[in-house]
Amino acid sequence: MQAGVNTIAIQGIDLQVVRQGTGRPLLLLHGGDGPQNSLPFFTRLAERFAVIAPTHPGFAGTAIPEHFDTLTDLVYLYLDLLDVLDLHDVILIGMSMGGWVAVEIAVRNTSRLSQIILVDAVGIKPGDRDTRDIADIFGLPAPEVAKLLFHDPAQAPSLATMTDEQVTKFAGDRIAHAMYTWEPYMYNPKLRYRLHRIDVPTLLLWGASDGVVPVAYAEAYRQMIPGATLVVIPEAGHLPHIEQPDMVLQHVLACVAR
Amino acid sequence: MQSWFFTEDAYPYLPDADTYESIRVNLPNKYYDPDKGADLYHMYLDLWCAADELGLEVMVNEHHQTATCVVPAAPIMLGILARQTRRARLLILGNPIANRSQPLRVAEEMAMIDVISRGRLECGFVRSVPYEAAPANVLPFRGMQRLWEAHDMIVKAWTTHDGPFNFEGRWFHARQINIWPRPYQQPHPPIWITVGSGRSTIPVAQHQYTGAVFLAGYPRIREIYDGYRTAYRTAHGQEVPLDRLAYAALVYVGENPQQARAGAEKVLWYMTSNKVPQHWSNPPGYHPPAIAAQIMRGTRGGAGLPLAPRLDEQMARGNVFAGTPDQVFAQIKSFWEYAGGFGHLLMMGQAGFLTYAETLTSMRLFTQEVYPRLQELTASCDCDSLQAMRAGQPDKEFADLGAFGVEFVR
Repeated sequence: MQAGVNTIAIQGIDLQVVRQGTGRPLLLLHGGDGPQNSLPFFTRLAERFAVIAPTHPGFAGTAIPEHFDTLTDLVYLYLDLLDVLDLHDVILIGMSMGGWVAVEIAVRNTSRLSQIILVDAVGIKPGDRDTRDIADIFGLPAPEVAKLLFHDPAQAPSLATMTDEQVTKFAGDRIAHAMYTWEPYMYNPKLRYRLHRIDVPTLLLWGASDGVVPVAYAEAYRQMIPGATLVVIPEAGHLPHIEQPDMVLQHVLACVAR
Repeated sequence: MQSWFFTEDAYPYLPDADTYESIRVNLPNKYYDPDKGADLYHMYLDLWCAADELGLEVMVNEHHQTATCVVPAAPIMLGILARQTRRARLLILGNPIANRSQPLRVAEEMAMIDVISRGRLECGFVRSVPYEAAPANVLPFRGMQRLWEAHDMIVKAWTTHDGPFNFEGRWFHARQINIWPRPYQQPHPPIWITVGSGRSTIPVAQHQYTGAVFLAGYPRIREIYDGYRTAYRTAHGQEVPLDRLAYAALVYVGENPQQARAGAEKVLWYMTSNKVPQHWSNPPGYHPPAIAAQIMRGTRGGAGLPLAPRLDEQMARGNVFAGTPDQVFAQIKSFWEYAGGFGHLLMMGQAGFLTYAETLTSMRLFTQEVYPRLQELTASCDCDSLQAMRAGQPDKEFADLGAFGVEFVR
């Protein structure tokens, strides 16, 4: 397997996977904001690890497979990916929706995993039916969503500076994001009853200013995963790998050195 | 040409639009006064009954969580009208079956209405507009696939008479389907489906259902109707009967141009009131990425309707027919010829603050002075001369209004 963008055929899907760097394998699952391989955070990560970063089908202009309609489809796609690449001792990092995928993988099978790092992950519903635990990002104006996502909303990507192709990809990402998370909205009601199965060290990294899933949500998640630890990143929102890449990297390194 | 009277049943007594974000989805219902609402329901029902007496057909529709249309359950209105009208065909356009969790309920409701009305139901199915995604909590992605699967289940429920059958589709499941009552009309009531692009007409034409187009106007009507005609000819090897195509527009007929203009300005409330932000008009998966991107950029009207509609422009576009009886006949005839003919005119004859008396004036003038001429027009036409007339008119050029009308299309 060569470094760069690979296409790996799994389940009849041409899965796009970026592979970069050498060292321990690190499977990186992106969130609703799409692939991260153009971010400084990704470059830093690839200086230390053999990063394997698939693009969830439907994101970045890729096709949504006809049989896909739930997040579970991604979970089995990546369980297959771990098998196909025959990876061992994998550091699994998931952001937001990708964090939910990571947890769903872990409750099924941790045999190929060494650590799990969840960055502002969704996937559970700690509150009651009247509580909107996770902000309804599909029912808010874009500037309001930017305020929830970023500690400093000026960091939010601006449509004004994007090319038409980039805006179209952005719109496509939004469709895929919604398809994977629409109902139940961003969570699996059964997940809390399965989290006890996670038997590898789990770190939750959370932006202090996350307005989509606030720190209280992270605390609820921490309590449900055996032995999990929570580290709150100051001056970061829902995407700390964008707003505080150095700090996130530092905690990743500390976690895997343990 | 069959003509259908239609009102969306608006609740127009709203605060200044500057004080709210959206007329749809999240406008608090504290602004709804049930006393005024009851008066409105009775006025609208009276108008439909008047349409029945005048000789017009009846059309109802539904929307959810909106002041623009306070009929979240069109079958309830139709149930009342099935009993209270005597002769009119009863068109529901339509049942938003892509957003229903159980289409069998729709099959049952429609069968009831068909039986109560002794076979006067015309049953429309729609994918529904983008702002229905949030109220229904249904992802609009693959909405057309959901619509057609729900349709298949409903038609099979209507036409199976020998006991339960099984249906386990991608979205809809039932293992013991055996509805009571079955429809009055055999094999089932006529089916209508809204279309808004040449491509979307293909399955509708293949099924020989009536394709209904809302407010596409001169700029887009040819693409859509031509799509239907081509698909119909391909599938069935013959020309499309006129009654398989329908067109919906705003209509007001007055005794003189001044009265007509005043009435039409009031009906235009349907467009001017439609203040809807992007997060309701551009939900993920309703529009394909390229269109959604343009709406995000603001280069397309996401709300589907123009934000600042002017009567003259909307008349020029063929979205509003308004004037004296002679003027309205001439406008409809011109559009009808340009479009290559259609068999149904769906008239939004009331909107906003247009009163019962004002609406009735227009309905009477239409029925007495416009309708007979339209019927004569369609009765005397043959397909060849119609297509020759259409071919004789060059395509009209209009400034792009972006996604105008697109909300109705898929």
